[in-house]
Amino acid sequence: MVPAPTAVQREAGEDPANPPAGETGAAVEARALRRDFGDEPVLQDVSLTLEAGATLVVLGPNGAGKSTLLRMLATLLRPTAGELRVLGAELPRRAWRARGRIGYLGHDPLLYRDLTLVEALGFHARLHGLEEPGARITELLEVVGLERRRDQLVRTLSAGQVQRAAVCRCVLHAPPLLLLDEPGAHLDPAGIETVEPLIGRAAGVTRVVVTHDFEGGLATADRALALRADGTVAYQGEAAGLSPGDARSVYTGRS
Amino acid sequence: MNLRMPSLKTMALTTVVVLGGAFALAFFYAPNDADQGFVQKIFYLHVPIAICALGGFILAAIYAIAHLRTGNPIHDVRSYVSIHMGIIFGTAALLTGAIWARAAWGKWWVWEEPTLVSFLIVYLLYATYYPLRYAIEDRERQARYASVFAITAGAFVPLNFMAVRLAESLVHPRVFATSEGGLPGEMLFTFLVALAGMALLFATLMRFELAAKATRGQLSRMRRALDSEAPAVPASRIAPSGGGS
Amino acid sequence: MAAFRTILAKDLRVELRTLQSLPAMALFAVTTFVVFRFGLDRTSLEGSLAAGVLLVTVLFAALLAINRLFVAERDEGGFDAMRLAPIDLSALFAAKVVALFVYLLVLEAIALPVFAAFFLDDAAGLLPLAGVLALVNLGLAATGAVVSTVGAHSRARDLLTPLILLPLLVPLMIAAGGAAEPLLAAGGPSYDEVGKWVGTLALYDLVFLLVGYAVYDFLLED
Repeated sequence: MVPAPTAVQREAGEDPANPPAGETGAAVEARALRRDFGDEPVLQDVSLTLEAGATLVVLGPNGAGKSTLLRMLATLLRPTAGELRVLGAELPRRAWRARGRIGYLGHDPLLYRDLTLVEALGFHARLHGLEEPGARITELLEVVGLERRRDQLVRTLSAGQVQRAAVCRCVLHAPPLLLLDEPGAHLDPAGIETVEPLIGRAAGVTRVVVTHDFEGGLATADRALALRADGTVAYQGEAAGLSPGDARSVYTGRS
Repeated sequence: MNLRMPSLKTMALTTVVVLGGAFALAFFYAPNDADQGFVQKIFYLHVPIAICALGGFILAAIYAIAHLRTGNPIHDVRSYVSIHMGIIFGTAALLTGAIWARAAWGKWWVWEEPTLVSFLIVYLLYATYYPLRYAIEDRERQARYASVFAITAGAFVPLNFMAVRLAESLVHPRVFATSEGGLPGEMLFTFLVALAGMALLFATLMRFELAAKATRGQLSRMRRALDSEAPAVPASRIAPSGGGS
Repeated sequence: MAAFRTILAKDLRVELRTLQSLPAMALFAVTTFVVFRFGLDRTSLEGSLAAGVLLVTVLFAALLAINRLFVAERDEGGFDAMRLAPIDLSALFAAKVVALFVYLLVLEAIALPVFAAFFLDDAAGLLPLAGVLALVNLGLAATGAVVSTVGAHSRARDLLTPLILLPLLVPLMIAAGGAAEPLLAAGGPSYDEVGKWVGTLALYDLVFLLVGYAVYDFLLED
C-alpha cells in the first residue's frame, strides 16, 4: 500500500514506489555525525550503517543523545557536522527526498488534542498524500483495538490509547523506515502485543528503535548502537556482539 | 573580510580627518540659513547620521539574505553589527533631531515632520531585534530568525516612509527642508563631506566591533585548546560569536 | 494545495469546536467600545476619531488571535507533524493567513454593527468601510502569521509577538486610518482621498505576503 506520489515528489521526479538507493543500498548511513546545542555537544562522532530491512537498537542513559539522533534521522534536526544519508537522501540538503517515506514515533504523539481520533489520523494521512484514507485508518484502528473510539476526542484518551493511536499515525503511509523512540511507553504487555504487527520485527521494514529495555531490544535487533552519557559511541556493530551485561554498564557509566 | 581593505588604524585616521574637515566646513564655510540662522547647522550632523543609520539597516538586510542563503555565520555577525551600529546612530539621529526641533521651533518633538516620525517607527522596530535574540535560546535558530527579522524590517523601511509621507501630504508644510530642496552650492558641499565623514565613522566602528568579536572568539578558542578546563570567555547570549566554535 | 486545504480545515474545525479565539475577540471589541465611550466622554464619533477607535480596537482584538495562532502547533507537535510530511511548508503559512483572515471577518461582522449602533449617526459609509477592513485584515493576517511563528519558538512569546508586531503594523494602520476617515466623515462618506490609501493598503498586503512566503521555510528549519 504505497501512496501515490505527492505534488512535491512528482516535481522532484521522485516515485515513492521506487526510491533511489544510497551508495551501498543501505537505509541509513552516518559518518562522524555530530550535533551541538549551543556550545554543548550532544552527539559526537557517531557512525553507523543500517541495511534495508534490518533493525538497529539504540541504547544509552538519559541525555545520551538517543532522541536527538532519532530526530536527525527523521530530518527534523540537522547535523552540526558529519554526513548523514537516510533512504538514499543526503541530509539536510536532500531531506525532501526522504520525507513521506519515514515513520517517526517520538515522545510527542503528534496528534491534535481537539480532534477526534479519526480526524487526527485523517489530517496526517492527507498531509502524506493519501487522498481517501478512510479505509486505511479503519484498518489500522482495528489492529490496535481503537476502532470503537474513532469519534472520541484525542484529549479524552488515556496515555496508552494515545500511544497506540500514535503508532497508527506513524505507519499510515506504509513507510519503509520506522524510527521509534521508546515505542513501548505507556503500553502494558497487551498493548505492546497489539502494536507489534505494525512496528515490530514482523512489520518487515527497516527500523531504528530507541529503548531502555536493553535485553528485549538486543534480542529483536540485528545491529546495536550504545551511547555514553556524553554522546560518544560506546559500541557500534552487530547486536549479538553486545552482551546485556556490557549494555548495562553503559547505563551505569562504567564502559 | 576583504584583504584589500585598509587597516583599522588608517580608517580611523581618515575618519577623524574627514569628520574634522566637515565640522570645520560647517562652522566656517557654509552660510547661515535664511530662516533658522546658526541653529540650522545641526543639519550637517543630524541628516548624515540618520542616513547612515538607515544605510546600516539596509546593509543588515543584505547580510541577512547572504546568511540565509549560505548558512555562513560570518554574515550573521555582520548583520548583527550593522543593526547595532544602526541603533546607535539612530539614537544619535533622534537626539540631534530633537535638539534641532527644540532650538528652531521650541518643541522637543514635532509630529509634522514625516521623516522624523518614520525614523522613530523604524527605530522602534529595530529596537525589538535585541529582545528577539534574547528570547530564542538555540544559537542557530536565533541567528536564522534574526536574519528573517532583518530582511522583513528592511522591506518595511521604504513602506513605512511612504505611508508616513502620504499621511502628512500637502496639508502640513515640510518643517525641515532637506537636501532635496535644492541646497546652495556651499551647503551641498559641506553636507556631502559630512555624509562621507559619517559613513566612514560608521564603517570604522563596524570594523572595530567585528575585529573585537573575532579576537574574543580566537581568544576563547585558544584557551580551550590550551587548557580544556579553563572556563571559556563568557560569550554573550545574544551576540553571535564571530563564526566558529 | 491539498496540504493547504487540510491545514486550513483543521484550524477552522478546531476553532469551531473549542471557540478559543472568536468569542474572546468579539467580547474584547465590544468592551473596548464601551471603555472608549467613557474614556473619550463621547457618544457620537465621526471622521478620524471614529476611524481611530474602530481600528485600534480591531488591532488589539487581532492580537488576541495572533497570539494563539500557533499555540497548538507548538504544544501538540504540529510543527513536527508538518515538517515530517512531504509538503511545501508555505502551505502552513497560507493556511494560517487565511484562517486569521476568516477570524477577523467574523469579528468585524459582529463588531462593526455594534460600533455603528454605539457611535455612528449614519451608516452610509459602512459597506465601503467593510471593504477597507478586508484589506486591513489581509495585512494583519500576513504580518501576524510571520511574527506569531517567530514568537511560537521563543520564550516570553506573549510579550515578544506584540512587541515586534506593532511597529510592523504602523504603516498598515496609517493607511487604514487614512482610508477610513473620509468614509466615516460627519456629513456622509466622501471618496476623495480613499484611492491612494487603498493603494497603500494593497501594497502593504502584497509586500508582507511575499516576504512571509519567502522567509517562511527558514522559520521552521531546525
